[in-house]
Amino acid sequence: MFQRFQQSRWPQLLVWVLIIAAIVAAPAVLPVFRLNLLGRFLSLAIVALGIDLIWGFTGLLSLGQGIFFALGGYAAAMYLQLNSSSGFPNGIPEFFGLYGVKQLPAFWQPFHSPLFTLVAIWLIPAVLAAVLGNLVFRNRIKGVYFSILTQAALLVFFNFFNGQQKLINGTNGLKTDVTQLFGQMVGSPEMQRGFFWFTALMVIAAWVFVRWVVRGRFGDVLIAIRDDEPRLRFAGFNPTLFKTIVFAIAGGLAGIGGALYTVQSGIVSPQYMTVPFSIEMVIWVAVGGRGTLVGAILGAVAINYAKSLVSEAMPQSWLFIQGGLFILVVTALPEGVIGWWRSDGPRNLLTRLGITRRIGTYPQLELDGQEEVQP
Amino acid sequence: MQLLFESLFNGVAIGSVLLMAALGLAIVFGLMGVINLAHGELIMLGAYTTYVVQLIFKLPAFEPVYNLYVLVAIPLAFVVSGVVGILLERTVIRRLYGNPLETLLATWGVSLILQQFVRSVPLATAAGLVLALVVGFSLPLVLPASLLEGPRARLVRAGCWATSALSGVLLAGGLASQISRIARATSRNVDVTAPRWMRGGLEWADLTLPVPRLVIIVMTIVSVLGVTLFLNRSVWGTRIRAVTQNRSMSDCLGIPTDTVDVLTFGIGSGLAGIAGVAVSLLGSVGPNVGGSYIVGCFMVVVLGGVGNLFGAVLASFAIGWLTDLIGAGRLLTLWPAMPPPLAATVQFFATTSMAQVMVFALIVLFLQFRPAGLFPQKGRMVEV
Repeated sequence: MFQRFQQSRWPQLLVWVLIIAAIVAAPAVLPVFRLNLLGRFLSLAIVALGIDLIWGFTGLLSLGQGIFFALGGYAAAMYLQLNSSSGFPNGIPEFFGLYGVKQLPAFWQPFHSPLFTLVAIWLIPAVLAAVLGNLVFRNRIKGVYFSILTQAALLVFFNFFNGQQKLINGTNGLKTDVTQLFGQMVGSPEMQRGFFWFTALMVIAAWVFVRWVVRGRFGDVLIAIRDDEPRLRFAGFNPTLFKTIVFAIAGGLAGIGGALYTVQSGIVSPQYMTVPFSIEMVIWVAVGGRGTLVGAILGAVAINYAKSLVSEAMPQSWLFIQGGLFILVVTALPEGVIGWWRSDGPRNLLTRLGITRRIGTYPQLELDGQEEVQP
Repeated sequence: MQLLFESLFNGVAIGSVLLMAALGLAIVFGLMGVINLAHGELIMLGAYTTYVVQLIFKLPAFEPVYNLYVLVAIPLAFVVSGVVGILLERTVIRRLYGNPLETLLATWGVSLILQQFVRSVPLATAAGLVLALVVGFSLPLVLPASLLEGPRARLVRAGCWATSALSGVLLAGGLASQISRIARATSRNVDVTAPRWMRGGLEWADLTLPVPRLVIIVMTIVSVLGVTLFLNRSVWGTRIRAVTQNRSMSDCLGIPTDTVDVLTFGIGSGLAGIAGVAVSLLGSVGPNVGGSYIVGCFMVVVLGGVGNLFGAVLASFAIGWLTDLIGAGRLLTLWPAMPPPLAATVQFFATTSMAQVMVFALIVLFLQFRPAGLFPQKGRMVEV
């Protein structure tokens, strides 16, 4: 009986109805501060979807998604700064004056155009991810070496952005909440509400897109890379190409998430490129359930919400909880919450509690006939 | 000439700290294939151990021999970090052998916990806890086997732990009452004062060589030699190498792979503790001190070739020398008549953090030609 419940589409549908209901109800129920937080967490969910794509489906654990996240944020912030800097001396953003810079650096110029910025937000991270990824993948560097190299790349980008005051205001970052967009202040409650709706739509769009990517033959190749790469290569596929594409997609998604996060948090700074933040992104996906797209979204929102609640109540204890979560999810719950639900987890729990009878045969035999192929 | 020598000395100095920190990692990662992101925090524990030892030596009873505290700190840091490492291996990592990515995440969790532990638990309590762990783990090894195997084995073991707990409480209480300063939480960075003989510099051919740097170079040389001798000459070293090459075959031949794992991890972690002593001599010690070394350590291991100690030595000195060469803009001093665009580029990279950017770019470039590092592993096992 329980299995039928577990295997039917109802729980999945129920989760989606709940998510959408929560999103629709949120602006009416939550105060502005909480709504803004929820909007930020939803933009982080877009990043998590990208990580799920490369880690959950393709088996590439990137510890450097912060690079792409911050690049998207910087692209958005640069446009906003330029858009509202006409009143400042020389017509360039105010902070340049502090370092005696008279002329706008060349790479800022294209960001005058809103159209260019909208493309740059996802294209620059995606291209960078493709280049970095290709350099690594074509040498068949994989597994932990890939993770270490992405982490080192993250550190390098952090150092670069942190040190260049004259180019991008260094460690202070770029502020966006006092800039103008459509003649309104970006930090105003109305704009923030608009950004919340837009972020919610983008999460759903990203979910549909990633789902489209992982279903069908392309997704099959990704899963094959995760499970047995040499065999795929011997079957005539070129894993490098697929890995590069999928890493670029994840980079682009991280860029979009970063831009949305930046306009809602009001600042982008090299802090977005720190090593801990990028590893944190991985744990959202791990807790939600890698290889399950809903899990990535739920994990990102739930953990960040828990983080902000716990940090408000007991600032000392969040790192203990987070550290414990890393250990717990890896040792006890390797498939994450959603993965646990979809596999034998709930039945094992019920059996252990003595509610259902222990099954004598292999569970597969009992399921015969009513099994349905999971995506 | 003098310039070249100065650059070389700086390079060796930077490289030796890096090597010291990476040596333990090279053993754990290279020989066991375990990614230990908590390695930086083991370094931090070693640094804090040095700080505690130094405080203890400031007590009136030890005042006359204060200058020798480093000699006590080195073995103690080795033991403290080693015990914490073994504890980590027994509780978390051993469940995850064969899953390097999972190990990476779990050890990151451990490192977060250790960092926050140092931030929010008073130093005296922490010192007491560590002492209790050290005593608790080492007592059963010291006691004769007949006691442990005998009819009252349980009682003996319980007695061991009671003794260890007592010693921990005594140390914590003693420290807290003796030196009220250090009972305070250590969220702030602390400074280790170097002993008198270690201050200043050595004048040599109109160059000043800072003594702490020289001490660290000596420590590094001794550690590398010690580890090499241990791995190549001792019985247990041979066993470790055998398990590295073929775990299941070694198991069949009667090598206790479980013990070998503990030993390897303990030694690797202990070396991180010694690195912590070195780090504490160079600057202030804080909860984040480990994080600044960990990425560099992994770069050394990857560049040198996994499982190859000599590669790690060469790689860390290469990275150290390049960092100095680029970071101090020495190319410009060597060749003042450089064409302006090139000179501007050299200037641009002539800070410590920008030098890191450049060095990383060079490493990635190098890996394009030698994907497995300077000294790749040979054999059929490599591809798996």
